[in-house]
Amino acid sequence: MQELLLKMKQITKKFPGVLANDNIKLSVKPGEIHMLLGENGSGKSTLMNILAGLYKPDIGEMYIKGSKVNFKSPRDAINAGVGMVHQHFKLVDNFTVAENIILGSAGTKLKLNAAQAEQDIKLLASKYGLAVDPAAKIWQLSVGEKQRVEILKALYKGSDLLILDEPTAVLTPQETRELFQNLRQMAQDGRGIVVITHKLQEVMDIADRVTVLRAGKAVATLNRDEITEKDLAWLMVGRDVVFQQQKFASQFGVKVLELNEVQAMNDNSRPALQGVTMDVKEGEIFGIAGVAGNGQRELAEVITGMRTCSSGSIYLDNKKITNLSPQKIIRQGVSHVPEDRMGTGLIPKLGSVDNIMLKGYRNSYARGPFLDYKKASADTDKLVSDFNIKLYDPSAPVSLLSGGNLQKLLLAREMSLKPLLLVAVYPVRGLDVGATETVHRLLLEQRARGTAILLISEDLDEIFKLSDRVGVIFEGQINGIINTEHADLEEIGLLMMGAKQTGDMPQ
Amino acid sequence: MTTDNTRSLISLEKKLSPSPVMNILVPVISVFLALLTGAIFLALTGKDPIQVYSVMFNGAFGTKYGLTESIVKAIPLLLAGLGLAVAFRMQLWNIGGEGQIYMGAFGATWLALLLPDQPAWVVLPAMMLAGAAAGGLWAVIPAIPRAYLGVNEIITTLMLNYVAILWVDYLVYGPWKDPAGYNFPITPSFSESAILPTFGDTRIHAGLLIGIVLAIIIYLIIFRTKFGYEIRVIGESPGAARYAGMNISRKIIVVMLISGAVCGLAGMAELSGVTHRLQQGFSPGYGYTAIIVAWLTRLNPLGIIIAALLFGGMQVGGFAVQMNGVPAAVVSMLQGGLLFFVLGGEILMRYRVSINSCRGDDKA
Ligand SMILES: Nc1ncnc2c1ncn2[C@@H]1O[C@H](COP(=O)(O)OP(=O)(O)O)[C@@H](O)[C@H]1O
Ligand SMILES: [Mg+2]
Repeated sequence: MQELLLKMKQITKKFPGVLANDNIKLSVKPGEIHMLLGENGSGKSTLMNILAGLYKPDIGEMYIKGSKVNFKSPRDAINAGVGMVHQHFKLVDNFTVAENIILGSAGTKLKLNAAQAEQDIKLLASKYGLAVDPAAKIWQLSVGEKQRVEILKALYKGSDLLILDEPTAVLTPQETRELFQNLRQMAQDGRGIVVITHKLQEVMDIADRVTVLRAGKAVATLNRDEITEKDLAWLMVGRDVVFQQQKFASQFGVKVLELNEVQAMNDNSRPALQGVTMDVKEGEIFGIAGVAGNGQRELAEVITGMRTCSSGSIYLDNKKITNLSPQKIIRQGVSHVPEDRMGTGLIPKLGSVDNIMLKGYRNSYARGPFLDYKKASADTDKLVSDFNIKLYDPSAPVSLLSGGNLQKLLLAREMSLKPLLLVAVYPVRGLDVGATETVHRLLLEQRARGTAILLISEDLDEIFKLSDRVGVIFEGQINGIINTEHADLEEIGLLMMGAKQTGDMPQ
Repeated sequence: MTTDNTRSLISLEKKLSPSPVMNILVPVISVFLALLTGAIFLALTGKDPIQVYSVMFNGAFGTKYGLTESIVKAIPLLLAGLGLAVAFRMQLWNIGGEGQIYMGAFGATWLALLLPDQPAWVVLPAMMLAGAAAGGLWAVIPAIPRAYLGVNEIITTLMLNYVAILWVDYLVYGPWKDPAGYNFPITPSFSESAILPTFGDTRIHAGLLIGIVLAIIIYLIIFRTKFGYEIRVIGESPGAARYAGMNISRKIIVVMLISGAVCGLAGMAELSGVTHRLQQGFSPGYGYTAIIVAWLTRLNPLGIIIAALLFGGMQVGGFAVQMNGVPAAVVSMLQGGLLFFVLGGEILMRYRVSINSCRGDDKA
């Protein structure tokens, strides 16, 4: 038997209120792609952050190539050959690719010869198909390219154990496939690769072995030939999962939302929306697919009045709402589940009742200048039971709620306004499988009630499951609109990368 | 979360939200720790801390005179503390309480000198109005650039303190100087009708009632009205406020106006109730001490009544220990210590501090 690259034993890590890792055992062999599968919050990132020297385990031992290690800092981990690509990249925007890559290593050596470094990087990049220009500045790169820089950074430092935390979350299907090919090549050179994911399909695609985490425990480690999708789902969730949610055919009515050549700037005053034209009908879910950062956020904000529309027009129910104040747009019947739940959709330190009042405090919960707390409490109680929100104290800060309950609270408030249009941005991001199911069911119920829904999501599966039509956004334009019945993952992937739609547009 | 580029010796991890017990425990422990620090300092300088503290306590609360004087000193702290708390609730760092007190005093004096022969029921309300207006408008000056250009209000409000104090200096040395005042920087005494009534034979004046009534009103406004709801939402999360369609810029102006107006009332009450004239340096930094008063209660208007009394007592107790050869600066030190421990306690409540044994400087 070959020597193990990594062995972790009895790893336990407690955070206030949660046991993030509970007596976890994990081993990685050289040459294998080992996937770490688990729902959100199951402790995957924590375990890998321990391995990368960012957290110290409360209990547990780690062995690298047979010898015991005790990392006191990420530097120790790097020196031991452990490299990690985090969910959020850690690159300096104004530096070049090469500068970023040698940044971490420069401390130990004398000033490096830049030309030499660029040469080395080019070599390394071409060896593994990680195409990226070493002289380019980070801010010029796409998300996929930035990820490659992070991988190169780890390789350059001589990592033979490479960890990637949810690397596919920001990639198109094509980019994902490419990444997997590259990773396979690195594994063939004798490296050990750990890939974190919560997507079953990816495990089926490339895992040599998989370790499933559930609520901080490692519930199983399986070999390639033992893996079935059904078992994995069961292991991950601890119960059977219904994969398909029944989507009843809906009667589409009149156009509720209409955008004509809408343009808007991003926060840095660069063009973010460059002529968006689309519409959403009564009882329809219109999905927006696209690689993150192509104008999704700005699109939601311009519709809800939180961002200035620099040209073009927006109609709601045939009334022009372009550049009306958010307050007026709310009153006209637009609900909004924003991307940033905690800082925008909800006020973390206030209680549930105060949060439920956020949209209605001016009218439904007002008695003259005073607030009608009795009515608000009664409504909160009702929504809590209707939406099955686990809530112990309606006056306790909502920051204590779990992600799923937070999102349910937010959806409950927005849906209770009986909107004409619901704008939902990444509504299941960070939620576990159970909560995701609930949110999807709620959206479909809302659709059945005739609400027009604009669903912005980064998860193509979600978009396919829920939407009636999909618009693909690329560089601030709707690059193509596809009826989900005719849709094909491949085509959407191409559109996401900027290819032009061919053939007729089925609408 | 340790996601920064560098890892320092001490790191903070977010904890679950503080329990209600802690909300009361932390101020109490802070008071204790501040006293302890003071005691160490006193012991080091060769004084007996227990004796100094008991003299201080007796001086402040042990006699009728001490107690009433402590209340007199608490009144401006109560009013200014309330004014500042309104702004702090919205994360508007109004450090300009002192200047707003001076401007309030200026406005009140102007009316008192303008209406020497009117009855009290005309003059006193007019002085209150003028004091509130002057303090409020003074606070609006830094509010406008803050609201529309994002100019940091900490610096602007602080700078305006000096302007206000110098403005009052100019008046009492110049145009408003009492011709019969032996050249002292004071205005003539107010007429009888410009003076707030007092309780019995004490110096406690009606400003106390104004303060307590305002504390209740402000409490109700913050926790029971639409207006107060907006203040809380904007203070806790400007993003959510914008999302709900609140007009933040306008709110900044209105809240600063109110904050300054209440501080202005503190100035009016001090003159009309205690000094009975405008004089140079009539406030020994009430506007600054009020910052600590407001924070000690975590911006709870009703709590400010108690905290103001505590700080008024400290001031009076400070005079008492001075006679024993202990510098009055001990009081400032205790106040500073209190703020330090309250803010420190705040961090301990929200975060778990862990000491890192290593000197890791990871740039990855
Ligand atoms: N720095 C931290 N402080 C407190 N709790 C944390 C911290 N990091 C993670 N957690 C908690 O630990 C659990 C596991 O989180 P994580 O490892 O990020 O899960 P995953 O990566 O599988 O989604 C979650 O309940 C999370 O809220
Ligand atoms: Mg994670």
